[in-house]
Amino acid sequence: MKVLGLDTSTLMTTCGVIDGDKLVGEYSLSQDMSHSEKLVPMIKEVLDSLNLTVDDIDLFAAAVGPGSFTGLRIGLATVKAFAHVTNKPIIGVSTLEALAYNLPFNDIVVPMLDARRDRVYTAIYKWKGNELEAIMKPCILEVTELLNILDRDHNKIVVNGDGSLVYKDMIIEKLKDKVRFSTIGQNMCKASSICELALLRYKKNEVDDFYTLAPDYLLETQAQREYRERGK
Amino acid sequence: MLTLAIETSCDETSCAVVKDGREVLSNIISSQIEIHKKFGGVVPEIASRKHIESIDNILQEALDTAGVAFKDIDLISVTQGPGLVGALLVGLSTAKALAYALDIPIIGVNHIEGHVCANFIEHKELEPPFTCLIVSGGHTYLVQANGYTDYELVGRTRDDAAGEAFDKVARSIGLPYPGGPLIDKLAKIGNKEAIDFPRVVIDDHTYDFSFSGLKTAVLNHLNQAKQKGEEIIIEDVAASFQQAVLDVLVDKTFRLAKERNSDKIVIAGGVAANKGLRTMMEERGKKEGIRIYYPSRILCTDNAAMIGSAGYFNYINGKVSDLGMNVMPNLDIK
Ligand SMILES: [Zn+2]
Repeated sequence: MKVLGLDTSTLMTTCGVIDGDKLVGEYSLSQDMSHSEKLVPMIKEVLDSLNLTVDDIDLFAAAVGPGSFTGLRIGLATVKAFAHVTNKPIIGVSTLEALAYNLPFNDIVVPMLDARRDRVYTAIYKWKGNELEAIMKPCILEVTELLNILDRDHNKIVVNGDGSLVYKDMIIEKLKDKVRFSTIGQNMCKASSICELALLRYKKNEVDDFYTLAPDYLLETQAQREYRERGK
Repeated sequence: MLTLAIETSCDETSCAVVKDGREVLSNIISSQIEIHKKFGGVVPEIASRKHIESIDNILQEALDTAGVAFKDIDLISVTQGPGLVGALLVGLSTAKALAYALDIPIIGVNHIEGHVCANFIEHKELEPPFTCLIVSGGHTYLVQANGYTDYELVGRTRDDAAGEAFDKVARSIGLPYPGGPLIDKLAKIGNKEAIDFPRVVIDDHTYDFSFSGLKTAVLNHLNQAKQKGEEIIIEDVAASFQQAVLDVLVDKTFRLAKERNSDKIVIAGGVAANKGLRTMMEERGKKEGIRIYYPSRILCTDNAAMIGSAGYFNYINGKVSDLGMNVMPNLDIK
């Protein structure tokens, strides 16, 4: 079974293909260029190199967020259209879960994506057998609040994601030797992790619908928030 | 040749199937107007969110209505700009994925050119050259169309778009968003000579427009009347304001048509649905021996069929885009 997965929720564009339990191709690029320009040419390059076409893919997967609103929509619009044309299943995967999936350690795994203004999109995961269990569900938090929770409740913590680099000094200051940082290679969301998580979910029959699949922003728009607050 | 077209530049999600650039097999338009109403205007992030939620439904509806499947499509046409960047990206990303998966060419289309092409759908016999006025909430352009894909920009607004002035004046006299069409309705009842608003022609040498001075004049008039305790007859304000806009639009369009010896004037864009504009153009056209063309109301709004038509004409004239193209939110007409 061939799975095409991608993530466009941060500056990194990544796409890849797994075939059963083997990774057959993965392409990641981090640059200031827009996902819009890079994404489909990258997918084409990976599939061309593997002598595959979109028709050969059995399952499509993409990160649904949290992350850059615009980035998420570029990725999702792309895989939704693939699934639509080929009439193949589609599965949306949490960006944070995919990040945590890079780190199969016994410690508490805490992925962090920079949400600006000293906030991160984050969650707290623990491995249970071969699967991740969310001790704290994906949410947006002030970095100081997250660090207080981690310091209070946990002793062995490993962090990754762009937020762990942006707020590195704060993290070290608060958690000291309780925390380890990910290696560079495991610090960004990987298409292979998206593919594998999607395949696991597919085996449990947890398939999404390309008509309705949408990003999981974790944040309402500013206009909606202001409207709600005015109404109070 | 069947073109599948996608338009998501603002608050309409639209997909269409167009045959040979002029025959509409389907043109599905999902408007978000009701959603944006409570915010008093289009909220870009909300528009983008709605586009990604509904695009594949609209796409399927367009295919079903046309009675075709993906495999029957020969060309993908998509709005590349101008428009809201996040909104445009949903349509463009979908379009690129479709073109790649179906292994067919893709073409990025200028939304403004699309508005002009709505007329090729409406009037099967219409051919360039012609003089064209494009007016909408976002744009006011005067162009000379020398060919199907050859548009010469002659005049543009230096500040507010004509449609924008309509919406702002509508808000100031208490009409709900979007107020442009309501002004047109009120204007029919009101006295267009009641208030003498300025006609801003800038000067006789350019074909450019300016509407912000007129907008300010309307706001000043309303304030002064309020201070003096005078009753404001909104029908008269609407009629006098609309007449001031139309006088300038119509006059400059005819001036260009005569300068270029055009016997055809085409109007396009959201404001082309304005009854006052249509009537005035037709009356003047009758006098001067110039035929007036405009699309039916539905083709005046943002819709994918016009993008399908523009894509087709660009394609048969040798233009094709690649999968690396990006959106162009500030795209101009050449
Ligand atoms: Zn438009």
